Amino acid sequence: MQAKAKLYPKEAARLLREKPGVREAVTGATLHFEEGRKKAYGEIDAEALRERAKRVKDHLLTHLDHYLELAEKRLRENGVQVHWAEDPLDAHRILREVAVRHGVKRAVKAKSMLTEELGVNPLLESLGVEVFETDLGEYLIQLLGEPPSHIVGPAIHLALSDIQRLFHQRFGTPLDAPPEALAAVARKVLRDAFLTAELGISGANFLVAETGTLVLMENEGNIRLSTSLPKVHVAFVGIEKLLPRLADLALFLPLTARAATGQRLSTYVSLIQGPAKEGEEGPEEVHVVLVDHGRTALLHDPEAWEVLRCLRCGACLNACPVFRQTGGHPYGYVYSGPIGAVLDPGLLGLEEAYPLPYASTLCGACYEACPVKIPIPKLLLTWRHRAVERGLAPTWEKGAMRVFQMVMENPALYRLFSKALRGLPLPQHLLPLLRAWTEGRGPLKPSPRPFHELWKELEEEDGR
Amino acid sequence: MRVALFITCLADQFYAEAGVAAVRLLRALGVEVDFPKGQTCCGQPAFNAGHWNEARALAQRTIDIFQEYPYVVLPSGSCASMVKNHYPELLPGDGEALGLSEKVYELSQFLVRVLGVEKLGNGLQGKKVAYHHGCHALRELGVREEPLRLLQNAGAEVLPWEAAEECCGFGGLFSVKLPEVSLAMADRKLSTLPQADVLTSTDAGCLLHLSGRMGKQGKNLRVVPLATLLWEAYAG
Ligand code: SF4
Repeated sequence: MQAKAKLYPKEAARLLREKPGVREAVTGATLHFEEGRKKAYGEIDAEALRERAKRVKDHLLTHLDHYLELAEKRLRENGVQVHWAEDPLDAHRILREVAVRHGVKRAVKAKSMLTEELGVNPLLESLGVEVFETDLGEYLIQLLGEPPSHIVGPAIHLALSDIQRLFHQRFGTPLDAPPEALAAVARKVLRDAFLTAELGISGANFLVAETGTLVLMENEGNIRLSTSLPKVHVAFVGIEKLLPRLADLALFLPLTARAATGQRLSTYVSLIQGPAKEGEEGPEEVHVVLVDHGRTALLHDPEAWEVLRCLRCGACLNACPVFRQTGGHPYGYVYSGPIGAVLDPGLLGLEEAYPLPYASTLCGACYEACPVKIPIPKLLLTWRHRAVERGLAPTWEKGAMRVFQMVMENPALYRLFSKALRGLPLPQHLLPLLRAWTEGRGPLKPSPRPFHELWKELEEEDGR
Repeated sequence: MRVALFITCLADQFYAEAGVAAVRLLRALGVEVDFPKGQTCCGQPAFNAGHWNEARALAQRTIDIFQEYPYVVLPSGSCASMVKNHYPELLPGDGEALGLSEKVYELSQFLVRVLGVEKLGNGLQGKKVAYHHGCHALRELGVREEPLRLLQNAGAEVLPWEAAEECCGFGGLFSVKLPEVSLAMADRKLSTLPQADVLTSTDAGCLLHLSGRMGKQGKNLRVVPLATLLWEAYAG
């Protein structure tokens, strides 16, 4: 996917101005998810389980080479064809080869953020393959030609009326058709696609190294259909998605479901152990593409590597009051919200993603929600610090910071500033900053006298 | 007992009365209060924006000014957290940074945890209070119950507020780097505000932002720092 992260501040402002409905839809949905998560965490010893999950992931990441080799071995033993993709080009080559060999005309695709990252849909379309997104939300935004707005709820930014209008235009349903009727239309289209597609594409929530098992969580059932009906199944798996043992699922499946949607477990969990055997139904060929795309480099980054624990549950997005105002689109890349703000600089390079680490007030709600305890606020600070060191901060900010330090380091200057605030003209280069503040909040109203002046009287008061 | 008051720059400039209230309150509770000369800003705005060199210089200064005191009390949760949690990150291996970190308290936290004070007086009888949890006080310092208990024990009714623990959108430089998002966050917070007599919080920044926004919207509600209300709780 082409990254437009640089435009974040402008795009966020534009969206708030031009599409107030998005804010309403996203706020409503994320608050709902967030309430569910809090309730679901409340039923368990969330702190202990998060700590355990973090440790399992840390163990995995610090022994990743071992587990990748083990996973490859087990997958092959299970009859799965294993591929390695360093970058999107590798992934394209692998997929193109499979699609061409099988003469694929139609593909059904289960929701997967990694395939967004790799640009799987544009590639298939360029090969003349018709691609159907089969997750309902994902299908909606495919029809609209939009990228996902949320890791778990790709169409979270749409209101019912948006969908009614879309279906009215595409399928001629009435403008006031109830959600059930719309879902029925989509189901009919997608059922046909499931039955005729030669290729099924998916991501994976987990890949168990010990047994070579692909694990997929969902609520609609479309992932199970996408991975079992077509005769070929290709799964794209980020190398950080491994789990060491099958037993780890007992921890990770419920914890992820609780974090993501507040469920105790997702409605469907598919464990895929390779192609169909003699007499079984299912795909004849299963391919697993293990994707790096910047992850190894991140793993070697002593400060930023912790993002690789991420399960893509979306809990940090739901908890984030900044994300809640705009949804994911202004962030300009596959991963938005708090996790996007710390992952995208790692994947895209800080220069490309510069403004994203600033898309936060450092309120810490994301960290509280994260099932694997990724210290997102700390990572945001790290990326900001690096941005400044690399000279990416705008000139006005650098200037303001230098003046700020000068004033605050010098009590005499500080007192002068204090006077200026109460009447003297303010330094010109600080004005744009001031305007950004006062436009939405009115003029600053300092106390008639600053405390450091009042202190003298307080000292006397004490003496009496 | 002797404590140093670190009033921090925003409170100094915009909520000077809160500083006065904090001094009077601490004295009334038998604490000797010092206001060390030369104190300015803890460096948080620079640190949070990534300008660590500037922040480091200010942290160093603050450490020099405050290190001799047994306790340092701030009427600000986020500045307290800056000193407590981030100075040791900013100055790794610096024993003095760590030393200061261990004796820093937000005001209500100091009253409850160090002085063991649970009740100040009855001065808030019948007052309906909306309490905004500043994010750093709440999540970095773990100050959640202390202010509520002190307010309630003084007779205040702390109103249920759906968004009480949600960020108000201030975020220091965030408020001017991403003004539209910052304002949208304030609006969300304020749209759920219950009918209160007064809105309070530990942090001057949040209060400036929220009261400014309310003013723009023509809402008229008394907004004061927690220190001011705690003094009222004591003195009536
Ligand atoms: S960072 Fe944590 S909360 Fe956010 S998507 Fe990843 S695992 Fe979930």
